[in-house]
Amino acid sequence: MTREAATTAARSRVDGPAKVTGTARYTADIHPDGLVYAALVPATVPSGRITAIDTEAARSASGVLAVITHENAPRVETVEGLAQTWLPVQDDLIRHEGQPVAIVVAETTEQAQYAAELVRVTCERSPARLDFRAHRDEGHPVPTFTEPDSTVGDVDAALKDDAEVIVDQRYRTADRHHNPMEPSATIAEWRDGDLLLYDATQHVWGPRAVAAAAFGLEPERVRVRCDFLGGGFGAKGYSWPHELLAPLAAKVVGRPVRLLLTRAQMYTSHGRQTGTEQRVTLGAKKDGTLVAIRHASATPTSVADDYIEVCAAGTRSAYACPAIETRSRAVPVNLPIPTPMRAPHEGPGMAALEIAMDELAVELDTDPLELRLRNYAEADPTKGVPFSSKRLRDCYLRGAERFGWAGRPAKPRQMRDGNDLVGWGMATAIMSTFRFPATARVSVDRDGNVLIEAGSQEIGGGTYTTMPQIAAGVLGIDPARVRLALGDTALPQTGGTFGSSTTLSVGSAVADAARKLEVKLRGLADGADPARAGLGRLLSHHCLDRLEAEGSWAPGGNAVGEGPDLSIATFGAVFAEVRVDADLGLPRLSRLTGVYSAGRIINPKTARSQITGGMIWGLGQALLEESDVDVNLGRFVSKNLAGYLVPVNADVPHLDASFIEDEVDQRASPVGAKGIGELGAVGVAPAIANAVHHATGIRVRTLPIRPETLLVD
Amino acid sequence: MRPFRYETVADPAAATAALAQDPGALLIAGGTEVVNWLKEGIVRPTRLLDVSGLPGLGAIDARPDELAIGALVTMADLADCETVRRDYPAVAEALNRSASQQLRNMATIGGNLLQRTRCPYFRAETDLPCNKRRPGSGCAAIGGADRTLAIFGWSEHCVATHPSDLAVALAALDASVTLRGLGGERTVPVAEFYRLPGDAPERDTVLDRGELITAVTVPASATARNSWYLKVRERVSYEFALVSVAAGVQVDEDGTITDARIALGGVAHGPWRLHEAEAALNGVSIDDTPAIASAVNPAFNQAQPRLQNGFKVPLAQRAVLRTLTTAVGAR
Repeated sequence: MTREAATTAARSRVDGPAKVTGTARYTADIHPDGLVYAALVPATVPSGRITAIDTEAARSASGVLAVITHENAPRVETVEGLAQTWLPVQDDLIRHEGQPVAIVVAETTEQAQYAAELVRVTCERSPARLDFRAHRDEGHPVPTFTEPDSTVGDVDAALKDDAEVIVDQRYRTADRHHNPMEPSATIAEWRDGDLLLYDATQHVWGPRAVAAAAFGLEPERVRVRCDFLGGGFGAKGYSWPHELLAPLAAKVVGRPVRLLLTRAQMYTSHGRQTGTEQRVTLGAKKDGTLVAIRHASATPTSVADDYIEVCAAGTRSAYACPAIETRSRAVPVNLPIPTPMRAPHEGPGMAALEIAMDELAVELDTDPLELRLRNYAEADPTKGVPFSSKRLRDCYLRGAERFGWAGRPAKPRQMRDGNDLVGWGMATAIMSTFRFPATARVSVDRDGNVLIEAGSQEIGGGTYTTMPQIAAGVLGIDPARVRLALGDTALPQTGGTFGSSTTLSVGSAVADAARKLEVKLRGLADGADPARAGLGRLLSHHCLDRLEAEGSWAPGGNAVGEGPDLSIATFGAVFAEVRVDADLGLPRLSRLTGVYSAGRIINPKTARSQITGGMIWGLGQALLEESDVDVNLGRFVSKNLAGYLVPVNADVPHLDASFIEDEVDQRASPVGAKGIGELGAVGVAPAIANAVHHATGIRVRTLPIRPETLLVD
Repeated sequence: MRPFRYETVADPAAATAALAQDPGALLIAGGTEVVNWLKEGIVRPTRLLDVSGLPGLGAIDARPDELAIGALVTMADLADCETVRRDYPAVAEALNRSASQQLRNMATIGGNLLQRTRCPYFRAETDLPCNKRRPGSGCAAIGGADRTLAIFGWSEHCVATHPSDLAVALAALDASVTLRGLGGERTVPVAEFYRLPGDAPERDTVLDRGELITAVTVPASATARNSWYLKVRERVSYEFALVSVAAGVQVDEDGTITDARIALGGVAHGPWRLHEAEAALNGVSIDDTPAIASAVNPAFNQAQPRLQNGFKVPLAQRAVLRTLTTAVGAR
């Protein structure tokens, strides 16, 4: 096996058998000795003050060990690092429906749940603001990983003086929840003043820092472990209150405590993707050349905290244009604070921009793909710097060929099959690349078995499989000889498994450590290729039990690894075919082609799973997913998977997904990889919306697309 | 914890006696619905009576003149029955579009008819204002999220719809349910089995305390053989209907309709029969779409859409047309 083949082979997941046979232990499966169970009592109003809390019945229920309320809870020292600036059960304020107002701990989970129902909370409800859309012009800017606003050129002047055609429309996407299969869970155990957390987290160092600060400990005295995640999609990215409430409860009862969120609590405990109100203005010459782009958005945040969805993050880099202005604003409402969800920012934002581009193509009587190619950005038009690598033109052309785009009738409503109106639409995908510093240790033993240690997480993306491939490629050995230990703050530190950053960031540290180990091994082999000599034999020969090396990688730049000299992003071209029942208005996706430019693909098999998972995520955004808010009750209407629709297999046609295989972006990361987890979720929804227009002639600017929108003659 | 007794019952008489005497008793068969109620706190029984082993209720009897279905027949078995597929295609189609294969393997026909509404307020993880769940607590759906709720027959106390697909097909085909209570047996047409909510929306059906469903009977007819069920929903599978239509239709050799039966789902507290439309369709050509629309659409003059569900009127009208033509095509 060549080194390149070891690294970039399509390997099946090494943890697949453990997952499908149920032997993989997820957080809530772990039962330390003496474990007891916590249940939360959620607030039932969106705003107000607790005036009385009667815990008498709960405390005397069988098996109950403690009922913790703001009246008797130990106070934490700080909530620094938490996703929000306040911790529930510390004061009498109610800031959103679903906020925990009490914690019940009991010997069994059933006893805890039952007793939680017995807690009587009396509160004074105060007026709540719930509909951010009604206040879309009253938002404020929020500092985040990038500037909330950006300006290049003079959009007003360009629209007035240069534009021959203008599209100016409002777009709307829905509030959506992550709904990972595994609900969030934390098991907290105090051992002689040290804290051990088993936690369903996308970043073991996040809750370590937060818990250490909250309980006044040195970070080294908090250990966080997570062997497997049953999905996260951002829900487990930041640190959330339950991750502090579990150790707080464990402190009170003096025993290990498990806090497992219910499915309903998963709708109010860790954020969501915000709904969006967006306005996109495009100005172009008659030949299709863009002269102005303006993209403004308003999204909800919570009354107590700030979060912002930078909808125009992709718009800043998408097309060559001399005048680009973007603005993002947050509107406080009495709902939980939102959080990133696959794909944040570009996911909802590119939906608006790319429907607008389709509208512009219609206005110009130009093919939508032709319009994108005409405005192809060779360099980042907002930052004014080159892209680290970009093969989007190849994506457009290959995607068009695979899909058969050339046969597309120019006008809408030209294709029909039985009762179905058939339409084709396309869109551009672009996603920021997030990069985080990482460290790793690689060692080899006398049997020639290699161990990688890096405290990253396995979220379902295939980390247990891909990291060994990277190390094996460097060492010139079979990846089957390499094992990965992860999910533990006792291991070398890495960033979180979010922002599609793991393979490029952790992989680069693993490659560095493996290279350093290879140098040591080469020394033992007198300069010969250690793989040829045999790693284990080399160690035996030198009477060594084990040889190890530490490696690291740091991207530089700002907190998400973005520097001033380079624009690093991933790209894709998405082509969709929909069928809309002409009488019943039901839109169905019948074909989807995505071609992606995303740097080096380490494992084509797990990469395909990642990108198709993202594409299905985009299908949900386009046609099904919405968390409706009841403004009277101040809550999400349906906190369950019967009322919140995610796609099922029958909704998903064959997905034609491929990558530009020969792209290697070593300016993005030493291993040449970029992120793909979120990229697939960008561009699908607008491609579908544009296909719906092509099928029906009806322009939809609100997602998800409802049949009632399409019920016209 | 909320303890409850679980016991199996040996014969229908024991079940009816226990139900009649003990207000805390609740029947369970396949469990695919009752367990949901238990988990969400919708019901809090003190006693679960497992009727899944009752003798004599598990057979499908396909006679020349009717189809007799025991209440404990599973949805999967009924859907797979060759006679049902051939002579009652609307029934087979309604079953196959329901739930998932795993659920259909467990769920019984009697239990299917006794499902309760999917109104999100009724199904919440906690008590919200819902007169069906807690009588007198109000109706959060009125003035709230009502997109999926009723357009016919609702009251100021409840705007819920009934979720059973099967019930809609049975109502269209003039099926009846056999109920057994302390006083013996009685037979009720499926279309009359479901109540309108009125001022007692907690009562879904005319089932009396102590009664249980023992059988469902569907009369055989040429109309039933030319029947179809159309379920309109946003997700392709594993979702309840926005609206649905069961229709049976007979045409003569010229294509003139001689008999039509239509029931709607997803629009009311139970299946909604369109008797006037059925009568008006007699003598209309199946190929004359405008004439069919003229016969069907006046039935919707009684519709009272709410804030978000006005689209159900045109959607159901179009679905009726589609189902009638499909039913004829299914001959």
